[in-house]
Amino acid sequence: MNKTNSNIIDEDYINQFPDEIKDIWNTLENVKDPEIPNMSVIDMAILREVNVVDNNLEVIITPTYSGCPAIQVIESDVNLELQKKYSKVYNKITVKSRLAPAWSTDWMPQSSKEKFMEAKISPPVGSSDDNLFKILNHNPEIICPHCNSKDTIMQSFFGSTACKSLYKCNNCLMPFDYFKCH
Amino acid sequence: MSLLKENSNYNSLVEYCLRIADDRMILGQVLAESCGHLPMLEEDIAITNISLDLIGQATSFYEYSAELLGNGETADNLVFFRGEREFKNILLVEQDNSDFAYLIVKQFLFDSFDLLFMEALTKSQNEQFAAIAAKAYKESLYHFRHTKSWVIRLGDGTDESNSKINEALEFLWMYVGEMFEIDEVEESLIKENIAVNTNLFKEKWLTLINDTFKEATLSMPNINDFMQTGGRKGRHTECLGHILAEMQYIPRAYPTANW
Repeated sequence: MNKTNSNIIDEDYINQFPDEIKDIWNTLENVKDPEIPNMSVIDMAILREVNVVDNNLEVIITPTYSGCPAIQVIESDVNLELQKKYSKVYNKITVKSRLAPAWSTDWMPQSSKEKFMEAKISPPVGSSDDNLFKILNHNPEIICPHCNSKDTIMQSFFGSTACKSLYKCNNCLMPFDYFKCH
Repeated sequence: MSLLKENSNYNSLVEYCLRIADDRMILGQVLAESCGHLPMLEEDIAITNISLDLIGQATSFYEYSAELLGNGETADNLVFFRGEREFKNILLVEQDNSDFAYLIVKQFLFDSFDLLFMEALTKSQNEQFAAIAAKAYKESLYHFRHTKSWVIRLGDGTDESNSKINEALEFLWMYVGEMFEIDEVEESLIKENIAVNTNLFKEKWLTLINDTFKEATLSMPNINDFMQTGGRKGRHTECLGHILAEMQYIPRAYPTANW
């Protein structure tokens, strides 16, 4: 298994855990990204670890962009969801933020890309893993989430949030967001 | 923490961390001031996105500084309750964005430097620096890509855009020297592979901007020209006072106010 793949948290990965831990992962599936409400913290690869040690529950999340205003909301939503269900089960519940390794769209499972399309957001193309300098000259082929056409054009590199660019489809003429490869 | 404080490098580490934070905080604050004044909506969005990234990065460095300082120090305190002489940002970042050409040139000079700086900082022996830098590095690539494209468009645009960007470059060039200054604070940390030795990528930086200037039909200024200095010692230009006055007004007027 290469380094990139081992960072992907999908259903198979979650299913290998004992029922107690699996249950916590499944509960946190309810916490959605406030900017993209059909994506959970697991889909967004923000939730990284769930640990129970000596009846203390610890959850580790990795923020997406340095200045992402959603991360504080996400952190408190995760905490709230855990308190709601487990405050009587565990002695202590903590949500920790971890910076390294830095969050990457490479960590998103295939299922996330499908959910992006459902939300009419074009999913990230390519890998940020290899030489990042490539990003500078990299103009990937972006698919329109409305009509699946590849005939699209970038309108603005920076979009409605730090993680997205604004595109337009030349086929159906719809504007749409592209989730940047990061 | 007390053990750490006895280490002679403790003061240098705090100072270095604050310098990195101050550079990004002030740059981000001045960028945010231009929100609503940029040539088009897309640019407003781009510039405020970049500003948000920079302030986010600064927050991480301030939080780490506060953690090192202990005694209940907070990131907010460091930003809102220090005076001009206590800010250690380089002079470049505090310069007015007098017009769009100034904004772009200033941002381009910083972004191209930041790209190489953050890449090097990811290799720091200090794990916290390396972790923040890993994230910031990716962001800096996007910033650089954006401002580079504007330098080319303005330089190789109309006579007017070319003369404006030349004027901005001529004015701002004297502030790039500080990016490559190394004093005793950084020297001691470089020895321990904690701080970045900016001189190691100075040539690479010059090539990077020269390539863009060529494409933009701008002539490359001389790096051996007279350079301004003083920011790292807390000696600033007039601009910083105005920035702090606006940035710190609310918390200073209502020190107990909370979100």
